[in-house]
Amino acid sequence: MVAVTPVLETPQAVSPARPRRPRIWRGVVLGIAAVYFLVPLGASFWYSVYNDQQGFSLSAYLDIFGAEGFGTSMLLSLAMAVATIVVVLALTLPAMLAVRLSAPRLGPVLEVICTLPLVVPPITFVAGISTVLRWGPDYLAATPLWATLIAIQNETFPVVLVLAYVVLALPFVYRSLDSGLRAIDVRTLVEAARNLGASWPEVVFRVIIPNLRTAIASASFLTLALVLGEYTIAALLGYRTFPVWIVTISGANGQLSVAVSILSLLIIWLLLLTLSSAGSKRRSTS
Amino acid sequence: MTTDGGTAARGGSRTRSKGWLAALPLLAFVALAFGIPAIALLFGAFTVKDPKTLTSSFSTSNLTESLQGNYLNTLISSVQLSAVVAVLGAILGTFLAQAVVTSHSRALRESVLTASGVLANFGGVPLAFAWIATLGNAGVITKAFGLADGSWSLYNFWGLALVYMYFSVPLMVLTVVPALDGLKPQWREAAGNNGATTWQYWRHVGIPVLTPSLLGGVVLLFGGAFAAYATARAMVGSTVPLVTLQIADALTGNVLIGHENMALALSLDMIVIAGLVMAVYLPLQKRSSRWLR
Repeated sequence: MVAVTPVLETPQAVSPARPRRPRIWRGVVLGIAAVYFLVPLGASFWYSVYNDQQGFSLSAYLDIFGAEGFGTSMLLSLAMAVATIVVVLALTLPAMLAVRLSAPRLGPVLEVICTLPLVVPPITFVAGISTVLRWGPDYLAATPLWATLIAIQNETFPVVLVLAYVVLALPFVYRSLDSGLRAIDVRTLVEAARNLGASWPEVVFRVIIPNLRTAIASASFLTLALVLGEYTIAALLGYRTFPVWIVTISGANGQLSVAVSILSLLIIWLLLLTLSSAGSKRRSTS
Repeated sequence: MTTDGGTAARGGSRTRSKGWLAALPLLAFVALAFGIPAIALLFGAFTVKDPKTLTSSFSTSNLTESLQGNYLNTLISSVQLSAVVAVLGAILGTFLAQAVVTSHSRALRESVLTASGVLANFGGVPLAFAWIATLGNAGVITKAFGLADGSWSLYNFWGLALVYMYFSVPLMVLTVVPALDGLKPQWREAAGNNGATTWQYWRHVGIPVLTPSLLGGVVLLFGGAFAAYATARAMVGSTVPLVTLQIADALTGNVLIGHENMALALSLDMIVIAGLVMAVYLPLQKRSSRWLR
C-alpha cells in the first residue's frame, strides 16, 4: 500500500498543476530575457536615427562611409584578420595532423599550449609586448634584431599585431580544428591516399583540407570576429584599427559611433549565421 | 598479416620524425610571440628602477606595492565585479537555458541559441556604446522615463555589472544547454515513481549532475568579466576602479617616475588570479564532458 499510493497519486496530483506552473515561470523568464536583450538594441537603433534637432534621419549611417578614417581603419583591420587567419591555420593544422598521425605524445603539450592564452588576459599580454618593444632601444640597438623590431611595428602593416592576434586566436582555432579532426579518421584517409600514390602536398590539399572544410571555416570566422572586434591590444600599442577608430570618433559624434556599433553587431551576426548554416549543411549531407 | 604489420611499423617510424617537425613551427612561434613577452613581464615585475640614479635592481617591492593601498582596491573591485557577474550570470543563464530546453519548441530553441552565439561575442566597444545610447546620460530610455532626475547612473559598479551580463548570460546559456539536455527525462520519471518531489529531484539528481557545468560556467564568466577592458574604458573611463584600467594607465605613462613596472606587477597579479580560476575550470570541464554525449 505504502509503495503503491505515491505511484498512483503523484501523477494525478502533479499532472493538473504541471502544465500550468512551468508555463508561467517559463513565460516570465523568456519575457524578462527578451526585454533585457532587445531593448538596448532597439534603443540604440532609435538613438542612431533620431535626435531632437534634426528629427528622424538615417544620416548617421550614410556618414559612416564618408567619415574620415573609416576606410583606412577598416582596411587595416581586414588585412590583420586575413594575415592572422593564414598564419594561425598554417601553424596549427600541420601540428595537429602530426599529433594524430605520428606524434601522439605531443598531443597534451599542444593542448596546454593552445589553452594557455585563455588564462592570460589580453591587457597583461600587451603589457608584456610593450615591455619587449621598449627594451629594444636599450639592449638591441647594435644588433640586427633591432631592424626586425622596427619592421614589425610598421604603421601600414603592423606585424606585431598579427603575432599577438595569432596567439589570442589559438584556443578557438585549436578547438574548431580538434572537433573537425575528431569527426574524420585521419590516419585511414592518409594511409589510403599514400598507398594510392599521393604525395604529401596532395594528401594535405586534396584529402585532409576538403574533409575539414567546416572546421577550417569556423576557425576562420571566429578569428575574423576576434580580430575585427579587438580593441585592447591595438589601442595600447597605438594602432588605429577599426574598434580603435570607433572610440576616436565617438567623442566628436555620438550618433555616428552608435550607428557603427550597430553595424558591427550586424557584421558579427552575419558571420556567425553563415558559420552555423555552413555547419548544418555539412551535417545534413553527411 | 606480418607484411602488413611490417609496412605499418616502417611507415610509422618514417613519418614519426617528419611528424615531429610539422609541429615545430607552432612551438617555435609560441615560444617567440608568447614566451618572450611572458619572460619580459616576469622579469620587469621584479625589477625596480631607482628614480634618481636610474639603475635597475631586482626586488619584490613592485609586487608588495601592487597588493597594497589603491592598487589593492582596484584588484578587489575587479574581483568583486567579476564575481557578481559570474554568479548572477550563471543563475540567470541557467534559468533561461532551462526555459528554452523544457519548452520543446524547436524554433525557440534554435533562435535563442543562435542569438546567444552572437551576443556572447558582442563585447568590447560596440557593447558599451549600445548601452550608453540606451541608459546613459542622454540615452533613449533615460530620457523617456526621466531617469536622469532620479539617482540613476549607468557609469558605476552596478551599471557595469548590468552591461557585462549582456555577454555573460548568453555565454552561460551556451555552456549549460548541453548539460541540461543531458538530464534524461527517465531520471525524472524514475525519481517521480519512487515518490520524489520536484525539489527532491533537483536536490539529489539534477543539481549534482549539473554541478560541474555550472561551476565551469561560473569560472568562464568570471574570466570574461575579469579580463574585460574595452567595454569599461569606453563606458566608465576611470570612475570605477578596475585593474585592467589601472594597467592601461600605467602602460601609457600615466604614472609616477619609478613606477613604470607597476603595470607588469599588476599584470602578474591578474595572471595568478586568472590562472587559479582556470585551474578550477579545466578539470571540471573534463568531468562535465561526460554528460555532453
